[in-house]
Amino acid sequence: MPDTNQLLHLVPKAEAKQSMKDFKSDQEVRWCPGCGDYAVLAAVQSFMPELGLAKENIVFVSGIGCSSRFPYYMNTYGMHSIHGRAPAIATGLASSRRDLSVWVVTGDGDALSIGGNHLIHALRRNVNLKILLFNNRIYGLTKGQYSPTSEIGKITKSTPMGSLDAPFNPVSLAIGAEATFVARTIDSDRKHLTSVLRAAADHPGTALVEIYQNCNIFNDGAFEALKDKDRAQDAVIRLEHGQPIRFGADNDKGVVRDPATGDLRVVTVTEENASEILVHDAHSPSPTTAFALSRLADPDTLHQTPIGVLRDVDRPVYDTLMADQLDTAVEQKGKGDLAALLAGNDNWTVAG
Amino acid sequence: MTSQVSSPAGQADEASEALVGGQRAPRSDHAGAGEKEIRRLDRVIIRFAGDSGDGMQLTGDRFTSETASFGNDLSTLPNFPAEIRAPAGTLPGVSSFQLHFADHDILTPGDAPNVLVAMNPAALKANIGDVPRGAEIIVNTDEFTKRPMAKVGYETSPLEDGSLDGYNVHPVPLTTLTIEALKEFGLSRKEAERSKNMFALGLLSWMYHRPTEGTEAFLRAKFAKKPQIAEANVTAFRAGWNFGETTEDFAVSYEVAPASQAFPAGTYRNISGNLALSYGLIAASRQADLPLYLGSYPITPASDILHELSRHKNFGVRTFQAEDEIAGIGAALGAAFGGSLAVTTTSGPGVALKSETIGLAVSLELPLIVIDIQRGGPSTGLPTKTEQADLLQAMYGRNGEAPVPIVAPRTPADCFDAALDAARIALTYRTPVFLLSDGYLANGSEPWKIPETDELPDLRVRLASGPNHQLADGTAVFWPYKRDPHTLARPWAVPGTPGLEHRIGGIEKQDGSGNISYDPANHDLMVRTRQAKIDGIEVPDLQVDDPDQARTLVLGWGSTYGPITAAVRRLRAAGQPIAQAHLRNLNPFPKNLGEALGRYDKVIVPEMNLGQLATLIRAKYLVDAHSHNQVNGMPFKAEQLATALKEAIDA
Repeated sequence: MPDTNQLLHLVPKAEAKQSMKDFKSDQEVRWCPGCGDYAVLAAVQSFMPELGLAKENIVFVSGIGCSSRFPYYMNTYGMHSIHGRAPAIATGLASSRRDLSVWVVTGDGDALSIGGNHLIHALRRNVNLKILLFNNRIYGLTKGQYSPTSEIGKITKSTPMGSLDAPFNPVSLAIGAEATFVARTIDSDRKHLTSVLRAAADHPGTALVEIYQNCNIFNDGAFEALKDKDRAQDAVIRLEHGQPIRFGADNDKGVVRDPATGDLRVVTVTEENASEILVHDAHSPSPTTAFALSRLADPDTLHQTPIGVLRDVDRPVYDTLMADQLDTAVEQKGKGDLAALLAGNDNWTVAG
Repeated sequence: MTSQVSSPAGQADEASEALVGGQRAPRSDHAGAGEKEIRRLDRVIIRFAGDSGDGMQLTGDRFTSETASFGNDLSTLPNFPAEIRAPAGTLPGVSSFQLHFADHDILTPGDAPNVLVAMNPAALKANIGDVPRGAEIIVNTDEFTKRPMAKVGYETSPLEDGSLDGYNVHPVPLTTLTIEALKEFGLSRKEAERSKNMFALGLLSWMYHRPTEGTEAFLRAKFAKKPQIAEANVTAFRAGWNFGETTEDFAVSYEVAPASQAFPAGTYRNISGNLALSYGLIAASRQADLPLYLGSYPITPASDILHELSRHKNFGVRTFQAEDEIAGIGAALGAAFGGSLAVTTTSGPGVALKSETIGLAVSLELPLIVIDIQRGGPSTGLPTKTEQADLLQAMYGRNGEAPVPIVAPRTPADCFDAALDAARIALTYRTPVFLLSDGYLANGSEPWKIPETDELPDLRVRLASGPNHQLADGTAVFWPYKRDPHTLARPWAVPGTPGLEHRIGGIEKQDGSGNISYDPANHDLMVRTRQAKIDGIEVPDLQVDDPDQARTLVLGWGSTYGPITAAVRRLRAAGQPIAQAHLRNLNPFPKNLGEALGRYDKVIVPEMNLGQLATLIRAKYLVDAHSHNQVNGMPFKAEQLATALKEAIDA
């Protein structure tokens, strides 16, 4: 595949061919048996050799939550930080070290609740970070309270009569926060997950990948509608850049723009309307259609959930701009001279 | 400029601060016919006061700059409201700048002005209480009309009702004179009026024989893109000078000779605390050979450090203005992990928000400098006023046992050295370090002897480059928590170093390997080890200044150094023995502190809080320390402090 991310050239390449086991740390993985996190970990570990980067130049930074244990299991540099702050910490690392490939692993509580502010600001700055947001629509590590992506009316320990707050749609949120790359995938679909990781790694700037991840202890089956072979075909809209947006058992459904409202809607494809089916353009400068696509899914049933890369556009990367300013300053003023700085322009001498 | 407390010249000179209010005895040098009389003074305290929009801070800065280049010792105290433009002409909107300059070594901005420049009735009303009888008051009479006076509660004009009889009042129509001087420029009345501060500056520059070239050059540079405004300001400045020279109301001008005795040989400049701190960080970066990374969120009175550092990108300085205080320190900690000399700057409320990340830095054992420019609290408190009430927050304000070293500068220029010391501790011991400055140090200024760069400390660190441990089976591995036996610091292995890939986090770690560990005995060991590392930090011994074998010790920290030292000089000049010591390192304390405290019958601790250092001293050394506290947002006044110390000694 073409290497479109020029920034990846700043990260040293591995000297020898790598395998999945190079990326496994010696630590025992301690997620609950059956947790969707295992599948994501395996997908990431098997994808990393494909990047071919020196593993000492790869860093995984996480916050707090089940998914945030992720760095311990990667044989790279890693930091398991504090709740919600991983994007901020990773921003400092990425903006000071352009020779690193920096990945953030976070969850729906970590990224969207306590850390919401850092997430949106990382996205708008377009720092060179790859953010993997494990969304299981529940708080797992604190044993089962509703999360900011839980469906309204969710019965949990902290909401015995049902939760009252409307959920975030992470993809909509990211697009609204000026994200340059937004994708969604599913823990159990290894092939799709890997293709999205590849696209994210290829993107210069912040990439947000929402991964629907099953918590089999506190929210089992939350994404079953998207995984069950029979139901998934009607529920999942697989987006591919340049392809008509069609789905359904016989590929009989398609997405069209309603000329009256400008909004998107799903129609049964006929010969007459086949030409009106939208062709997915992930590179469109305008986020309008990507946002509209993100709104197709029903927040309760998850029917008509688009997966794949919703948006992938180029915008100057924060770390690059910051480094450029340093270079420009040296060009304009010369390399800093400490003695001259301390002396200033307004001094006087006392003779001995 | 600060020198040894016990210098005999210093004693005599500081003692003379008791005479504040009266100019020194006149000495008519040149009172010949047609020439104005020039009197020689050894020191003067001037306060410029006006509306927030009147440019008083700029006026004060310029007068300070002229005074510094003339060679006087000086100390300044800017004092302004938190509002950018409070309602014009009101008491809350008054902004002032006090400057103390002398022909000898001085320590404070002075207790009470000898000269007050009042640009409007509010400025007069807000400041007259500090001005002793006999002092000179220059008022802008144009503003003493009915409405502005009524706004601040003057029913009759203080210029006419006799209430200022005890003062030497100079009524000057500053606004009218400025507009008249600028009539050739074709400016609107409003535009012309804005130069009245430069007229006042010109007048004061004449009165005190200040050099003027610097200010003219400054104005031309500042308004380089608006040459007409530049020339208008220069013209107003000269008009003010000429007004002093020609008008009969100003019969006398004053000379304050350069403080040649106070300054050891060297090159000097005037510097504020925040500027010195910024330069100290850049110097530390150079001395450590590590790139400087500042993660910060704007907050008064710390923002100037962010502004200053962002101007020096050609030193490889990265400044990141974060979305909030938490992200500011988060980014700094991320940069520290990557091998930068990482810094975050803030004030008390910001420290509260950063607490959790400071705890993480304690657990990760990464170098990080946390700069707290303290201001009045709690909560938003008094953003533009000074206080030292964050000591216990810095000491204890985190969950768990999370010791953090603390250093505190004592004067504006000392902020440079304090920054280097904070960097030394952070880098040597791989720990977050608090630097506690305050609003008074941040904005105040004094002459600074510019250091030779080749005399700055070597702060280079050795980053980990290979395995440091052998497993039982002979395998060489890297253990991120295997410590240096002397410093107890852990190795700093930055990403990009092959073979040292490791994971660190806020969960308790196994001693040595750094793997997650919930083992009770290991946690006990790690808690005690982290504490032992901080306790073992090398800090210089406390120096006690005690020329007279006193029985009472006054102990301070931070910005109270100037006022305490001035007060001590007064007491000694009056024959009262008193010992003085000042702490740079508040965690850990100097090893000889307990012994030093034990030598005195009485220990007095003056602080701009309710006794936070006193609490620490009492707890650690079982010393019955007496607190003397002031929390009014302003530094101690030397005379009041001397009185309080005397009362405590006699009690």
